[in-house]
Amino acid sequence: MAADQLSVGYPGRLVWEDATFDVRSGEFVAIIGPNGAGKTTLFRLLLGLIPVRSGSLRIFDRTPQRGSPRIGYVPQRHTIDQSTHVRSFDLVRLGHAGHRWGFPWSGRRETEAAMQALAAVGASELGERPLNELSGGELQRVFLAEALASDPELLLLDEPLSNLDLRRAQELAGLVHRVVVARRMASLLVAHDINPLIPYLDKVVYVANGRVASGPPKEVLTSERLSRLYGVDVEVLRDSRGNFVIVGGEGHTEGEIVGGEGHHEGEGGGGFGPAGVHP
Amino acid sequence: MSFSPDLIGDVLAMWRYPFMAHAFEVGTLIAIVAGAVGYLVLLRRSAFAAHALAHTGFAGAAGAVLVGVDPVFGLLLFTSVSGTGIAVLGQRAAQRDMEIGTVLAFMLGLGLLFINLYRGGGATATYSILFGQILGIGDQAVLVTLVAFLILVAVLALTYRPLLFAALDEDVAEAKGLSPLRLGILFMLLVAAAVSMAVQVVGVLLVFSLMVTPAAIALRLAQRPRYALAISVGVALGATWLGLFIAWYEPYPVSFLITSLVFGLYAVVRAVQWVGSRSMAPAVPLPAD
Repeated sequence: MAADQLSVGYPGRLVWEDATFDVRSGEFVAIIGPNGAGKTTLFRLLLGLIPVRSGSLRIFDRTPQRGSPRIGYVPQRHTIDQSTHVRSFDLVRLGHAGHRWGFPWSGRRETEAAMQALAAVGASELGERPLNELSGGELQRVFLAEALASDPELLLLDEPLSNLDLRRAQELAGLVHRVVVARRMASLLVAHDINPLIPYLDKVVYVANGRVASGPPKEVLTSERLSRLYGVDVEVLRDSRGNFVIVGGEGHTEGEIVGGEGHHEGEGGGGFGPAGVHP
Repeated sequence: MSFSPDLIGDVLAMWRYPFMAHAFEVGTLIAIVAGAVGYLVLLRRSAFAAHALAHTGFAGAAGAVLVGVDPVFGLLLFTSVSGTGIAVLGQRAAQRDMEIGTVLAFMLGLGLLFINLYRGGGATATYSILFGQILGIGDQAVLVTLVAFLILVAVLALTYRPLLFAALDEDVAEAKGLSPLRLGILFMLLVAAAVSMAVQVVGVLLVFSLMVTPAAIALRLAQRPRYALAISVGVALGATWLGLFIAWYEPYPVSFLITSLVFGLYAVVRAVQWVGSRSMAPAVPLPAD
């Protein structure tokens, strides 16, 4: 996909403008930025749910098409309703053919697609369990399988790590990366906590102050850039075990903690630039 | 009529009376529709909307009686208009209850006005709208119900999968090209038609006993939507048949019998599951990620 001088807005409000960036097949991309900056808006644009205001956006060399089976989408979601006593397998199967009208004959292809998608995220055994009994990490895997069931080429994940503790977040990030590589997809991932993604990142897109820009992780993830991005003074702190956190200077907490365990440096080659990660 | 050992003979005897035969015919059709639509109502968390539509139906039916047409037409008109209104106004769940409550209160007031304006057996008409009159169904009503049943079942079969998808995962369904607004309107129209049918059997106040309780039982017992649908329909059917059957012997209202049967079954299911979960609790490990 490629964006060229792209602007987007709702009636009476410009969300951001003049965005130029591209994502190539096989890339693993994080989207960061403060709350309300328009990260989800970018996804809605790619899904063809809202129109481009100006500039151009091409995806698979076309303008975004609503309902494209080539895009898998996992929206931001906090929980599933406690009364939803419905087998996970059925949700994954809907990811393959749920948009189709007509009498729901039980198709073998549908079932196979769902089984493959669950197997791809290592969740075959979750398929038989009801959605309302799954933990946050298990649900994210089922949602990921649901998105994979249509065999997409581009994966859009909105805050998939938000309700997970650090270990689960790292596991899920690794899982998404394995799937993306194995299926030769591109993936865009909105994240507040970018640390679990650092080993795998090819590119960072940042959305803030009405602008969108992108670059390699090394250039973007510096304290200077992050300070500008979130609009507050950002300082990099390191603890005795080599973990580091990035703290906002005005007492904000949410959204500024983007650090984590230093040993990721080197594994992915991305690194945190001059902020200093090494214990 | 007293209970006899020859149950089959009794059932055959019941069916010789047109009012009983009609009650069984219409009750069967309605139980199937209400049970099936009820499952989607619960998955969409729209029980309050279904409830409101039933009360809207009260105003519609009362208005129809006032102008002298078959109440079912008033029911259909009022429930579909308010169903569409609710779907358009309350697209976000947080907003929905407010919109529904507003419409609901107004409609009840309107219904009261219509009843008041009608001078001629208003009480009987009101009573049958509120609590159902399954034992007073004529040939024409059977035909109307049959036509409505066939249309509803066909529409439901053709739109079931997108409706289920949107009920479980609206955001992804939207990304896959389905319109939440259009599906919402379609769904509310289905509920409106199902409510209009069910009101004949159990009345507006007791519609839930056919639309929500059987589905609630099914949701607890089955994980697969297909099985849950079957159980929901089965419970609604069983309760309707058994209610009519008991009413043949005992002088209690059919609506009361149906509501009691489904409520009793719901209570039993909850109790059994509660006992089951308590006795199993130590053996089940905590869910792991």
